[in-house]
Amino acid sequence: MKAIATHDLTKYYGAVRKQSHGGRQNYGKEHGAVRGIEDVSLSVEEGDFFGFIGPNGAGKSTTIRILLGLISATEGRAEIFGQDIRQDRTSLLAQIGYLPSEPFVYQGMRVRDVLRLSAELRKKDCSAEAEELCRRLELDTSRRADELSLGNRKKVGIVCAMQHRPKLYIMDEPTSGLDPLMQREFYALLQERNEEGATVFLSSHILSEVQRYCRHAAVIREGRLMACDSVEKLGHADAKRVTLRCKGDVSLREQAERLKTCLGRTDDGTDAPGMIRNMDAAGDAVSFFYSGEPSLLLKALSELSLADITIAEPDLEEIFMHYYEGGNGQ
Amino acid sequence: MTIFMHELRRGRTALLIWAGAISFILGICVLIYPEMSVQMGDVGGMFAEMGGFSEAFGMDRINFGEFIGFFGVECGNVLGLGGAFFAALLGISALAKEEKEHTAEFLLTHPVSRYRIIAGKLCAVIVQIIVLNAVAVCVTALSVLAIGEEAPVKTLALLLLAYFLLQIETAAVTFGISAFLKRGGPGIGIGLAAAFYFMNIIANLVQETKFLKFITPFGYTEGADIITESAIDGRYLAAGMIFAALGIAAAFWRYGGKDIA
Repeated sequence: MKAIATHDLTKYYGAVRKQSHGGRQNYGKEHGAVRGIEDVSLSVEEGDFFGFIGPNGAGKSTTIRILLGLISATEGRAEIFGQDIRQDRTSLLAQIGYLPSEPFVYQGMRVRDVLRLSAELRKKDCSAEAEELCRRLELDTSRRADELSLGNRKKVGIVCAMQHRPKLYIMDEPTSGLDPLMQREFYALLQERNEEGATVFLSSHILSEVQRYCRHAAVIREGRLMACDSVEKLGHADAKRVTLRCKGDVSLREQAERLKTCLGRTDDGTDAPGMIRNMDAAGDAVSFFYSGEPSLLLKALSELSLADITIAEPDLEEIFMHYYEGGNGQ
Repeated sequence: MTIFMHELRRGRTALLIWAGAISFILGICVLIYPEMSVQMGDVGGMFAEMGGFSEAFGMDRINFGEFIGFFGVECGNVLGLGGAFFAALLGISALAKEEKEHTAEFLLTHPVSRYRIIAGKLCAVIVQIIVLNAVAVCVTALSVLAIGEEAPVKTLALLLLAYFLLQIETAAVTFGISAFLKRGGPGIGIGLAAAFYFMNIIANLVQETKFLKFITPFGYTEGADIITESAIDGRYLAAGMIFAALGIAAAFWRYGGKDIA
């Protein structure tokens, strides 16, 4: 079963529904509607550890808020465990543990009172679980919540999200404010819950933690889903990172231009745009992504005067940065 | 029940302060009456003949020298206006404070329906108003007993009931407004309560603006009307209760489907 499924999810803030144009609703940006997300179709299998990646303002939190029923979609629908979030919100929330990106603060309340309030709202006795989580996260429950540091407030949110052992964890930028040791402990906790069968869906713009912990990931940019696949496949895009080091007095820029000319055309003389991209020339080295036939590259390289060649898989960060900057990652 | 108890715990300090302050001033007002009545002698007639000022506060129709007349004007202002401010602050912050303090995300991602949250908060607002008025009634009763004044119990009870209903209506209307706000609006609450108060004064002064008494809850707490008629004006009260019901309905309608920032 799918833990999370969204179908053409669209959110415009301040949207005024306009006339349909060719089967599409027009939400009238000219009337001040602000884009949240557009046509986001996402699917997360039960038991997955899923990363939702994108730069600030890309639409990660908007998607999460729709999943939790905090805001309603302008168009499309969101399902959790096969049930529509709008129709079965209360029963679904009983199975979800949510950590907001901004820690909440109840003025004047002690940590233990906040944890008890959360458990009472769920009509569960979570005291034993809360105690264990607080021990592992080194959280003092006798402290007043409004006197805590950002990291400790985040820990309060983590315990609230985990103490009832939900089936689905939705975490919005969970590690911001946590020190590296606590980040490691937090992910250890999440991995344990995931191994027990729970689904983890987390948003982040820290690519290394997604690469390290998540099995699947989706990339969102400017409200649109750019890619959604296993982290392994996303990291093995058909592009290769090629780095060339030139010999002594040969002009680097000239070499780069020659290479572009050679690889810009296929054997039959037609244009082959996009085989080389993100070319970067600095010092005595030139570096670029190559996504064409290997034989073509080798043929072109054989005509250059080179001191060294490196052809490697690009790391995930490079690929995602490419998505961030507006490419399609292929 | 959890939301209800949580709200009561959050509001207990403010309730203690407001109930203490209003009851203290109310008690002092009653306790100084014997001294006032001796010094005033027959100046009640003078108060009644101060033209617009007397009309504004209904003093042209009641005897300021009698305890119930004094209570209806002086003490009425304390419990009526003070209580209205308290009720307005409670109502206006009830729903909006969750977004202001970033606790709405916490509350609304627990398995509790929004309607239950609204109902829990509304009940907590009403109970806090009941507690404030219970304290005020006790302090009034003890103060009246302390000065040994004979007070018509029915009229006194009607005055206290009217002030209570005024606070309920003010809280209900501001509760409805609260559902539309993204940030707490104490200024809006206090401003609205003050506007209600001055609407009644204007309606007392200018005959053409009498209709304002249907809008302001101070219309049915007019001491002069209650004392002379031994009843709360049903027309103004009915209008007030309709406004209260509309405020509550607006809160359920708006907050039930509101996008939470």
